[in-house]
Amino acid sequence: MKKNWWKIIAIAFVLYTIIAGFIVPVPAQPILHETIRNLYFHVPMWFSMMTILFVSLWHSIKYLNKSNIQSDIIATQAANVGMLVGALGLVTGSVWAKYTWGAWWVADTKLNGAAITMLIYLAYFVLRGSIDEEQKRARIAAVYNIFAYVLLIVFLMILPRMSDSLHPGNGGNPGFNNYDLDSNMRMVFYPAVIGWILLTVWIFTLRVRIEKLKRKKLFND
Amino acid sequence: MTSLLKKSAFLIAMLLSASTFAQENAQVEMATGLYQSGKIYVVVIVMSLIFVGIAGYLIVLDRKISKLEKENK
Repeated sequence: MKKNWWKIIAIAFVLYTIIAGFIVPVPAQPILHETIRNLYFHVPMWFSMMTILFVSLWHSIKYLNKSNIQSDIIATQAANVGMLVGALGLVTGSVWAKYTWGAWWVADTKLNGAAITMLIYLAYFVLRGSIDEEQKRARIAAVYNIFAYVLLIVFLMILPRMSDSLHPGNGGNPGFNNYDLDSNMRMVFYPAVIGWILLTVWIFTLRVRIEKLKRKKLFND
Repeated sequence: MTSLLKKSAFLIAMLLSASTFAQENAQVEMATGLYQSGKIYVVVIVMSLIFVGIAGYLIVLDRKISKLEKENK
């Protein structure tokens, strides 16, 4: 129980986000109206994805250093959970876009960048699936994973800032100051980000533990 | 004559800008009715219940895996 304190924080923060996210007053903005509350749910998905994919990158580098297969397991499972939150981010963003911009999808640098990033990471799994030999698979996948994270930064952080975009936080604005994030919203948004990231990490650790158990069983049988 | 024209043009411009300013300040429609009737809390309770269910499920999974890990040591 002692080492599980962060899981309790994850539940508490996300629960707080759900309750406060609906009740705490938000600034009245044209077009957005109440949908501004999506900020507490849609944006943390991307924060979670960036975090968990960074974990994946970190362990891929570690694998190339030490060639320990454990690092490969961790990197794969992290990328897997990253795809889950990334997909949720894309879907929620699409719904939000429909009711504010009027279309499920617009050819926008940020949106297309996010979609391309997802495809790059899907290719990571295709690559893994195409190599049978364990050490070889782990090494090639680790190298590809480093490229994938670099491309993620390019497609999500750099290119959208270099062109105008419907999506807030782009066209030269590094933050989301378009939203006029007031102190009320910050009070909900920051715990939301922490809570969702911790929840994602929790799901990821469960996946890693299951995978390790599976391998152990294979080894023992 | 020209000064009168200038003045009236200025006046019209003032009026126009005032009207656009008023449009900017127009009430943004929010879910005030939902909040006044108090039923937003129903949504909050439903969402919270769903999340508590998912969190509970995660806890159970976590314990099951811990048990398996102990057995496989």
